[in-house]
Amino acid sequence: MDKQIKVLVVDDFATMRKVIRNLLKQIGYENIVEAEDGVAALKVVKSQKVDLVISDWNMPNMTGLELLKAVRADGEVKLTPFLMVTAEALQDNVVAAVKAGVSNYIVKPFTAETLNEKISKIMDKM
Amino acid sequence: MDVKFINPFLEGTMNVLKMMAMIEPTVGKPYLKKGHQAKGDVSGIIGMTGSARGSLALSFSEKCILKIVSNMLGENHSEINAEVRDAVGEITNMISGVARKMMESQGYNILAAIPTVVSGKDHSIIHVLGGASIIIPFETKDGPFFVDVCLDDSTQEK
Repeated sequence: MDKQIKVLVVDDFATMRKVIRNLLKQIGYENIVEAEDGVAALKVVKSQKVDLVISDWNMPNMTGLELLKAVRADGEVKLTPFLMVTAEALQDNVVAAVKAGVSNYIVKPFTAETLNEKISKIMDKM
Repeated sequence: MDVKFINPFLEGTMNVLKMMAMIEPTVGKPYLKKGHQAKGDVSGIIGMTGSARGSLALSFSEKCILKIVSNMLGENHSEINAEVRDAVGEITNMISGVARKMMESQGYNILAAIPTVVSGKDHSIIHVLGGASIIIPFETKDGPFFVDVCLDDSTQEK
């Protein structure tokens, strides 16, 4: 598993971005960039080579689902692996995310071990 | 408010704090709260709608939230600043999510808004439904915090 990949962490709560950053570092991922909402994240995805997006669902301006759809609609970046982070593991939301092409999802709260499993499952398929 | 809503929020709180902050609080006896004054020094508030409607507040004493956030982020926090308030919002969001997932298995489909945070001694929590709310008191080694929830399903279709 290449731990040098560039990971984009998207969450409107700075605390959660820090928590995820700390968990990523625990499991060996150091190349991390952040965005505070879907709008900012989309700009990063389009302008830098991002290898994995880890995005919250519920955000102002552009939700995680809207960001996912925008990424999947862009020919240049549509194959970018996308892990949805959600406190909203409601069935309808999971179905919507799968239909939109999410690579996997993870439910808050989670441990470094769970995050590692989810990322490994995504990247093993690449 | 129906007491059936107490357990999801109680379990959600225990689950989130244990996993995110390595804290296992003890729970006290729930009671009916009258009035709007918050029980703690900083509170996260989140509105909910769907097959039940209302709002959830998490209200923390200062020492308690500083310990929780310090544990969550692996760094020492000594005052309620912007980062601590941000964390309160996220904790409220997560507890709401876990509780709502549990209620989904009971047939409730409930969505939540983005939380807001209020701080300062004697600040108020005004629930969207008005009226009394249920307080679930918790105690930690570093002081108390309170789940303050007001939820109603009587006018909604499940």
